[in-house]
Amino acid sequence: MADTQKHEVDAVTGVTTTGHEWDGIRELNNPLPRWWLWVFYLCIAWSVLYWFAYPAWPLVSDYTSGLLGWKSRDAVQTDLAALRSQRAVFAEKLDAASLEQIEANPELLAFARAQGRAAFGDNCAPCHGAGGGGGMGYPNLNDDDWLWGGSLEQIQNTILHGARSADDNTHMGDMPAFGRDGILQRPEILAVADYVRSLSNLQDKPGPKGAAKSEPTPADLAKGKEVFTANCAACHGDEGKGNIELGAPNLTDGIWLYGSDRATVIATITNGRGGIMPAWSGRLDPSTIKALTVYVHALGGGQ
Amino acid sequence: MNVATKVEGAQTDIDGPLYEARRKIYPIAVHGTFRRIKWALLIITLGIYYLLPFVRWDRGPNAPSQAVLVDLVNGRFYFFFIEIWPQEIYYITGLLILAALVLFLMNAVAGRLWCGYLCPQTVWTDLFQAIERMVEGDPRQRREKEKHASRTQRAFEAAAKHFLWIMVAWWTGGAWVLYFADAPTLAMQLLKGEAPLVAYLWIGILTLTTYALAGHMREQVCTYMCPWPRIQAALTDEYALNVTYRYDRGEPRGSLKKTEALKLEGLPAGDCVDCHQCVAACPTGVDIRDGSQLSCVQCGLCIDACDSIMKKIGRPTGLIAYDTEMNVERRQQGLPPVTKILRARTVLYAALIVIVGGIMVAALATRGSESVSVLHDRNPLFVQLSDGSIRNAYTLRLVNKQSMPRSFAISVEGVPEARLEIAGGVSTLEDGRPVVEVGPDQTYELRALVSTAAKLPANASLNMSFQITDIAGGETSTTPDHFKGP
Repeated sequence: MADTQKHEVDAVTGVTTTGHEWDGIRELNNPLPRWWLWVFYLCIAWSVLYWFAYPAWPLVSDYTSGLLGWKSRDAVQTDLAALRSQRAVFAEKLDAASLEQIEANPELLAFARAQGRAAFGDNCAPCHGAGGGGGMGYPNLNDDDWLWGGSLEQIQNTILHGARSADDNTHMGDMPAFGRDGILQRPEILAVADYVRSLSNLQDKPGPKGAAKSEPTPADLAKGKEVFTANCAACHGDEGKGNIELGAPNLTDGIWLYGSDRATVIATITNGRGGIMPAWSGRLDPSTIKALTVYVHALGGGQ
Repeated sequence: MNVATKVEGAQTDIDGPLYEARRKIYPIAVHGTFRRIKWALLIITLGIYYLLPFVRWDRGPNAPSQAVLVDLVNGRFYFFFIEIWPQEIYYITGLLILAALVLFLMNAVAGRLWCGYLCPQTVWTDLFQAIERMVEGDPRQRREKEKHASRTQRAFEAAAKHFLWIMVAWWTGGAWVLYFADAPTLAMQLLKGEAPLVAYLWIGILTLTTYALAGHMREQVCTYMCPWPRIQAALTDEYALNVTYRYDRGEPRGSLKKTEALKLEGLPAGDCVDCHQCVAACPTGVDIRDGSQLSCVQCGLCIDACDSIMKKIGRPTGLIAYDTEMNVERRQQGLPPVTKILRARTVLYAALIVIVGGIMVAALATRGSESVSVLHDRNPLFVQLSDGSIRNAYTLRLVNKQSMPRSFAISVEGVPEARLEIAGGVSTLEDGRPVVEVGPDQTYELRALVSTAAKLPANASLNMSFQITDIAGGETSTTPDHFKGP
């Protein structure tokens, strides 16, 4: 106990004071229990030991690595390994099952869609959007219009080998730059553009500056049809229904990869189009590609 | 006492030790009303704690048959006829609110009832002290033994005491883990040494904490570790009954002989004979005669100790009793004491308890055994299909809380000419509604595609809803969402 001879006792609390006084305010002496202090000292001792046990001090180009050899990087690797072994059960099932079997089994479908969603976010979302919504020049994977086919098999094929990529089995199909390469003259391009837009009931045609919109005349359309049959039907089909072998889009539906306004269609015919999708067969393991296939197919547009 | 303390820097610094040396407290055994209440509560609470995991409750073939079970693996909490899912954690929140309100009410009525009678720290410390007295005798006998008993005998008794303590502590940790798995199975596994490592780990941790806190820390927990004593001051008022030394009757205190002599002469003399039994009985070592104080847990043992002395010397009991400071002062002034249990504070707390409890019971009684949650696709919000119709995609999660598999038909309302498809394809009813089967006590996630060819207003955002219907029972659950258009 404190020496009460030296330090007065506070009248209200009956506790001795420490002898400190500031402007008449005195400090009571309520010492902590011994065990509390020991815990405090142990904590201080541990904090010093911690510097030696764990990575702590930054050095010029390195850091003290700690005697226990613990690294956050290793901890992450351990966790990931545990996760992989946890998933291995399902990964094996995915490898063993066909794409159709995966879709038919609710449990496998749920797993494949979850894995596919994660893989999609890592690898596909930069072009196709977080939910596969696409954008100008990047196909929307939620709709029912497919350049290279929308069955499970076809989707898997596209993911494996890409489009116009360096892969040997990649989808090939180029649209020539009809205008730039002088295959078609300007009036022909305008006529065929109007004809193509008429296939999906897009008839508006801006008149001369400031004038009202007009519609192409039947004579224009007939001329356009001629040009189409001669130059475009080889890939897009006589009726403009497209060809998934060549990735030639269907020109009669409401979905346009680059836009359906007249100027865009003219630009497309003039300069040609040919989007590139990388091949993933070397980059992602087969079960991930399977999961991606099922995920994309189940987005809603699968055929 | 020098009033004007000189301040000259470090010279006048404290020269005592930095710490408060621990006074060992060995409370004596007492007998009386409050001791009996404490024994009864100790037997009831510990009985519930140690035995509840073994109580069975039949929930059918697909669910565990343990009355109280925290199933962490499957994320289920079972309590007799109630089953709580993780997303219903608000029931636990409600219980915590109720617990707080009950504590407030206890405090407003009679002070630290929780601390004195029900707190695990108090109950286990009580048990450990009983073991200590059983093995080594009460404090007086122990002091005798320190002088006269052989060293071997004392060492043996100490060893026996610690062994018993550790056994009780081990049982305490053991009972704890039984709440997290099937109790009989796990108990057998523990006996055979085949239980999962995590069970042994937790038993070890809780054995250690129980042994340390109830055996060694005791009143230090209440005085230095627990925040509750500090909260007391805000929860009590002048009407709250507390263990009180009635100094109006007790003072001036003096020995039995002295007070009797004074009374014969007609001089003022109190009933307190300064026998210190109240201090000797106190598990936290305070002197109740100094008034209410932080370390006092209001266990009432000093009342029993004092009453037994008063009976012996033929004076009325109740020198220490549940009373208020206000009443002591009123009696000193010759006024009648006031006891107001029913007052704004207690009525309010009681009303709040009834309201919160009522809300919880109502919520529990009216909750359905099926539900559907809906998540609209964020990107894209809608898709235009080649035929020009608009489609929105949703992720649905169907919940079946019954212990048998059920089939639900899914339908959409609020979208004109809606066409509903389920990704992956499922069977449909005759009226075209898709049907999915959800396993017992399970959820089922699916992707629903809703499309319409109808003409929508520009920037459409239709209020629509998904409805699931149990084909067998007809129960429905509806969740609203939106249908977006260009």
